[in-house]
Amino acid sequence: MKLLQILIDGFAISSLYGLGAIGFTLIFGVSGVLNLSHGSIMVTAAIAAWVIAGDLGLGPYGGAAGGVAMAVALSLLTYMLVVRPIQTSSRIAREEKEIFVLTGTLLWGIMIQEAIAYLFTSNPKTVRPLIPGVIEILGVRTPMQEILTAVISWVVIGLLWLLVNRTKAGKVLLAASINPRGLTLLGFELPQIYFWVWALYGLLAGIAGLLLGAFLGVSSDNVGQLTASAFSIVVLGGLGSVTGSLIGAYVVGYLETITAYSGGPSIRTIPVLLLLVLVVYIRPQGLLGRR
Amino acid sequence: MTNRKSFAAIAAVLFALALLPFGVSGYVLGLLTLGFYTAVFAMSWDLLFGFAGEVNFGPSFLIGIGAYTAALLNHYEHWPIWACVVTGGAASIVAGLVLAVPALRLSGPYFGLVTLVAVLMLQNIIVLFAGITGGEIGLDLPDVLSIDDSNNYWIALTFMGISGAILFGLSRSAVGLILQASGQDAMQAAALGFNVTKHKLAAFCISALFSGLSGAMLIFYEGTVSVGTVVDIAVGVQVIIAAVLGGRRTILGAALGAIFLIGAGELLRPLGEASTFVVSAIALVTILFVPGGFLGALLHGEKR
Repeated sequence: MKLLQILIDGFAISSLYGLGAIGFTLIFGVSGVLNLSHGSIMVTAAIAAWVIAGDLGLGPYGGAAGGVAMAVALSLLTYMLVVRPIQTSSRIAREEKEIFVLTGTLLWGIMIQEAIAYLFTSNPKTVRPLIPGVIEILGVRTPMQEILTAVISWVVIGLLWLLVNRTKAGKVLLAASINPRGLTLLGFELPQIYFWVWALYGLLAGIAGLLLGAFLGVSSDNVGQLTASAFSIVVLGGLGSVTGSLIGAYVVGYLETITAYSGGPSIRTIPVLLLLVLVVYIRPQGLLGRR
Repeated sequence: MTNRKSFAAIAAVLFALALLPFGVSGYVLGLLTLGFYTAVFAMSWDLLFGFAGEVNFGPSFLIGIGAYTAALLNHYEHWPIWACVVTGGAASIVAGLVLAVPALRLSGPYFGLVTLVAVLMLQNIIVLFAGITGGEIGLDLPDVLSIDDSNNYWIALTFMGISGAILFGLSRSAVGLILQASGQDAMQAAALGFNVTKHKLAAFCISALFSGLSGAMLIFYEGTVSVGTVVDIAVGVQVIIAAVLGGRRTILGAALGAIFLIGAGELLRPLGEASTFVVSAIALVTILFVPGGFLGALLHGEKR
């Protein structure tokens, strides 16, 4: 019974983690950027959905659409206002771009977090679920929203797989991650590709944030934790590897769920941190990393 | 000549700062005292990042170890303050070595992540053993440095002056140059016959020592230790922002940035929750348009 509960809860939470981390790893794989404003983009999607569905009275579907649109817009802003200027700046030495992008996106994330806290307070908010109700799976009462979370996560991940592996646009993305210079020689505009990658990333992070908001509720205080967990999952799985990130998400999701059920929620993240340190020392490139 | 000029300028600034208690209120002194300790955090961080090129996301791990070691010794064993501070600094070096020896095998984002995880672990451990450490509420200390604002201010200023002189001197020495070379091109530095790992390890120890000492001094100034003031990720973020804002690879710029951040945070306090937003925005605009930071811009202007 408890085992089944852990299996179901762990699966839903892991799928959500996977969806959240997959965008993070995509941006790193294609453009080499670790986006530390990741958590704030997820939270923005959820809070926007909450405001649009509730205060503006557009219902859960209107809220969901609005929230995801906000996330895409914010992601593109992140790229154009923060990441792009640093990448093209001639005053920043090449070997220092990485730390500047990290610091820049970190500051940007803090700004978004504070703006949300200022406008809508930092109280936790729960987005109204798309499908309300509870069903029983072999005796375990499970909210419909939890099942929906897992289903939507996997549908979106599946669609992303199709996009990357079965379409021309996806091949361009892959090429950009393997050899950007070669792609430029073939006449593709890298900035244009990056623009679309950031839009795609916003879409993924937005959906993940929305589902999180409906499943567990979010507050602007969660921003740092969300970014850190995406970062951990991605490093665990191997930076830039999508399959690795998904495996990492399940390892983290289940480890946290098992710890929370057996040892209590207060030590939930400790085994994950220990595992992370262990993996980074023994196998720095992660489970399926490329370098 | 420029060297002598800037030396004279720094001496003049320090002298003016030392006279401040005769002219301004205790409130301003308290603010600057906090600024001076933060300045030492930022300078230590700059030595590690600006010179050794190691992205340490967890300065508050080293600060927190020093602070909590000192706090526990004072609270439970009633050691005198100076012994607690020295032991705190030593504990930070040990913690720095534990972190650095394996972590220096890693590079870039991986090293950054390990340092970040170290902070989260420390925070978890402190909260988990709340019975001993006071958890999130914190721990009161029986002793304080001084109850007089001016004395506290002078102690902090002296501490910052000495730490700054040592860190700055180190960065301008042969060791500093080797560190800088290792940070920019480790392979070439090694090819020239320098032991890159040994130098980076030394940088880590020195950075840890001053972070720990400053953390321990800070809590004896405040009379209490808590996760929020010496361990939280936000503390580390503030240190990093201060160093980048003031100008990396300058040591002194980091101090400038730290004092500016503490001051700006206080000036903007009337804005309430929006103040962090404004400070972050200023920092973001600075790194986008003046990537060299305050001091970088100043020195650059002078060169022309």
